[in-house]
Amino acid sequence: MLQINNLHASINGKEILKGINLTVKDGEVHAVMGLNGAGKSTLSNVIVGHPAYEVTEGSITWNGKDLLSLKPEERAHEGIFLSFQQPVEIPGVSMVNFMRAALNAKRKYQGLEPMPAGDFLKLMREKRSIVELDSKLTSRSVNEGFSGGEKKRNEIFQMAMLEPTMTILDETDSGLDVDALRIVAEGFNKLRRPESSAIVITHYQRLLDYLKPDVVHVLIDGRIVKTGGPELATEIESRGFDWIKEEIGL
Amino acid sequence: MGNDKNSFVREVAEKKYEYGFTTNVETDIIEKGLSEDVVRLISRKKGEPDWLLQFRLNAFRYWLTLEQPTWGHLKMPPIDYQAISYYADPTRKGQGAGSKGQEGEKEIDPELMKTFDKLGIPLEERMALAGTAVDAVMDSVSVKTTFREKLQEKGIIFCSISEAVREHPDLVREYLGSVVPYKDNFFAALNSAVFSDGSFVYIPKGVRCPMELSTYFRINARGTGQFERTLIVCDDDAYVSYLEGCTAPMRDENQLHAAIVEIVVKERAEVKYSTVQNWYPGDSEGKGGVLNLVTKRGHLRGANSRLSWTQVETGSAITWKYPSCVLSGEGSQAEFYSVAVTNNYQQADTGTKMIHIGRNTKSTIISKGISAGKSQNAYRGLVKVASTADGARNYSSCDSLLLGSHCGAHTFPYMDVHNDTAVVEHEATTSKISEDQLFYCNQRGISTEEAVSLIVNGYAKEVINKLPMEFAVEAQKLLGVSLEGSVG
Repeated sequence: MLQINNLHASINGKEILKGINLTVKDGEVHAVMGLNGAGKSTLSNVIVGHPAYEVTEGSITWNGKDLLSLKPEERAHEGIFLSFQQPVEIPGVSMVNFMRAALNAKRKYQGLEPMPAGDFLKLMREKRSIVELDSKLTSRSVNEGFSGGEKKRNEIFQMAMLEPTMTILDETDSGLDVDALRIVAEGFNKLRRPESSAIVITHYQRLLDYLKPDVVHVLIDGRIVKTGGPELATEIESRGFDWIKEEIGL
Repeated sequence: MGNDKNSFVREVAEKKYEYGFTTNVETDIIEKGLSEDVVRLISRKKGEPDWLLQFRLNAFRYWLTLEQPTWGHLKMPPIDYQAISYYADPTRKGQGAGSKGQEGEKEIDPELMKTFDKLGIPLEERMALAGTAVDAVMDSVSVKTTFREKLQEKGIIFCSISEAVREHPDLVREYLGSVVPYKDNFFAALNSAVFSDGSFVYIPKGVRCPMELSTYFRINARGTGQFERTLIVCDDDAYVSYLEGCTAPMRDENQLHAAIVEIVVKERAEVKYSTVQNWYPGDSEGKGGVLNLVTKRGHLRGANSRLSWTQVETGSAITWKYPSCVLSGEGSQAEFYSVAVTNNYQQADTGTKMIHIGRNTKSTIISKGISAGKSQNAYRGLVKVASTADGARNYSSCDSLLLGSHCGAHTFPYMDVHNDTAVVEHEATTSKISEDQLFYCNQRGISTEEAVSLIVNGYAKEVINKLPMEFAVEAQKLLGVSLEGSVG
C-alpha cells in the first residue's frame, strides 16, 4: 500500500505540490488527471526520488516503509517502477546489458544470485513478445533511434522484466497512435498481477478505457481537488476541467 | 549531508587504488643526481659493452643542450632531475656492487615473488595466465622472464633488454635507437642516457608467436624514476601480440616514468601492442602520482606489414605520450585505439602520429577520451602524408565524454598532407553523461556508480574489444573503478 500524506514538494525553490493526500491499496489502479503544470509529473518524480525535487513537508510510505529515506535505486528494488514520459537515450549501452544490470541489481537486493545468461535471454524473448517489441530494438542501445511509440513500448517491456508491484505510468499515452496505445495498454493489462497497483497519469480518457481505473483523482495547482470513480474520467473527457474549478471556487 | 558526501568521496578515493602498497625489499639504490659519472655507473653496474656506454654518453650530452618542452596542454610540476635516483635494483639482496653480468639465473627474493603474486602476475610458470609469458620489471631491473625456454624452441627471444645486450648484442646494436633516436626529444634523450630495464623481443622469420608476451612494470622504491626501454623486432612474415601493464605505490611525491618503446615490423609481419596503464594517479586532491612521459613508436619497414597500438590509460597524474607509426613499407597498415580516462586532478595529453611514406599505406585512429572530476584530457594527433605516399588513407575518429562540469576535454588534430591522391578523414564528437541518463538507470535499480561504469564501458567498447581477452576484462573493471566517486 502506498500512502502519501500532506506532501509538499518544490523544484528550484518553487512549490509545485501543496499538500497531496493519496492512498493506493494493493491491486488498485488510480488515475490522476489534470491540466499541464498542475503537478502530475512532479508527483510521479517525487515518488521515485528524482534528485531535482525537494520534499519540504509530508510523508510517503510504501508497505509501511518510509519511502523518502530510500535512494531511487532502493525504491526501484522495493517494487516501484516509473514508465517515463520521455525516456532518455543511452548510447553505447545495449538493452541487453542494461536490463541485465537492472535485473541483477534487484536480485542482489533480494539476496539472490545473478540470473544465468541463458535464463536471462529466454526471459527477454518471452517478455518482448508481450509488448510486440522487435528483437532488433532490444539488440540496440537503450532507446537509441527508437520512435516515440517504440520508446513507450520499451518502457512497458522493462516493466515486464522487473515485475514491479507499483507502476506509475506518466503520460504513457502521449505521442502514441491508436494501435500503439492498444498494444501498450493490453501489454500492461496482461502483465499486471492481482496484487500489483498502478498510478496512471494522463490528460485523456482513451488510455483509461483500457486500464479501467478504480479511482480517479483530479489534480489542480498542486492539490487533489476531486476524487471519484471511473465516471469522473468520462465526465472530464466531455466537459473538461473548468466545471471542477468552478465547483471548488477557483 | 555535505560532510557525509565528502567522507564518502574520500573513502572511495582512498579505496580505489588497490595497487598502492609498497614492497619491503633491500634495494640497491644509487645516489640521487644525474651526471656523466652516473651514466657510467649505470652502464658499469649492468656490465655493458663500450658501444652502449658511448650511446648513453652521446644521449646524455645531447640532453644537456635541451630544455624540457612545454607545448603539452598540461600543468607540469617542475621536475628536479638532480633529486631523482636513476637506478634502483631490488634483486641485489646481500650482494656487493659490481657487475652481475654473467651470473646466470638469479635467486629471486620471496618478497618480490609475493609482490607480483599480489598484483595478479604469478612468476611461477605453472601458475601463469593461460598462454601468456611475462617479463616482470621492478624499478630498474627485470626480476624474471617466464617461458623463455619454451619460446626459444621456436627461435623467439624474449628477455630483459639487459640480458639481450649481453646475449644478443648484434641484434640490439642494430635496432636500438633506430626507431626512436636519442635526438628525438627531451625525454627520449634522457631515457637513452639512463635507461635501465625493459623487454626485448625478437620473432624470427615466418614464426607466429604462440603465446601473448607481456611485460609488467612496477615502480617500488621511493625517490626513483623508472626509465624502461622496450625493443620489439618482428621479422618477415612473423606475428606477435604484446601486452604491457603498470602500477606503482601510493606516494605523495611525483615519480617520473620516462620510457621508450621501439617496434620494428618487417615484410608482411604483424605486431599488436596493448597497454593497460594504471600508474598511481595521485590522490583526490592532486597530490603525488606518476608523471608518465613516454615515447612509443613503431616503424612499419616492410611491405604489407601491420602494427596496432591499443591503449587503456587510467592511471598517472600526467600522461604525455603519442604511440606512433611510421608507415614506410608499401601497403602497410597501422591502427591506434585509445581510451584515456582522467579523474580528480589527472591530466592527459595523448594521441598518436601516423606518418605515411610508402604507397597505399593505411591508418586508422580511434580515440575515446573520458574526463571526470577536475581533470583535463586532450587528444593530440598528427596525420602526415609525404609526397611519396600515393593512395595513402587515414580515418580518424576522436570522441570525448565528460562527467560533471569541472573537467575539460580538448582535441588537437593536425594534418599535414603533401600528396593529392591521399584521403584523410577526421570526425570528432563531445558528449556528456546527463543527470537524466543517470536517473533513468537509478529508477531501474542501477546505482549511479554502476550506471557510470555501464555507460563508460559502452562508450569505450570499440577499443576494449581490441584487447586480448584477459586484458579486456581487467580494463573494463578498471574503467569503472577509476571513475568511482566522480558523479554524485
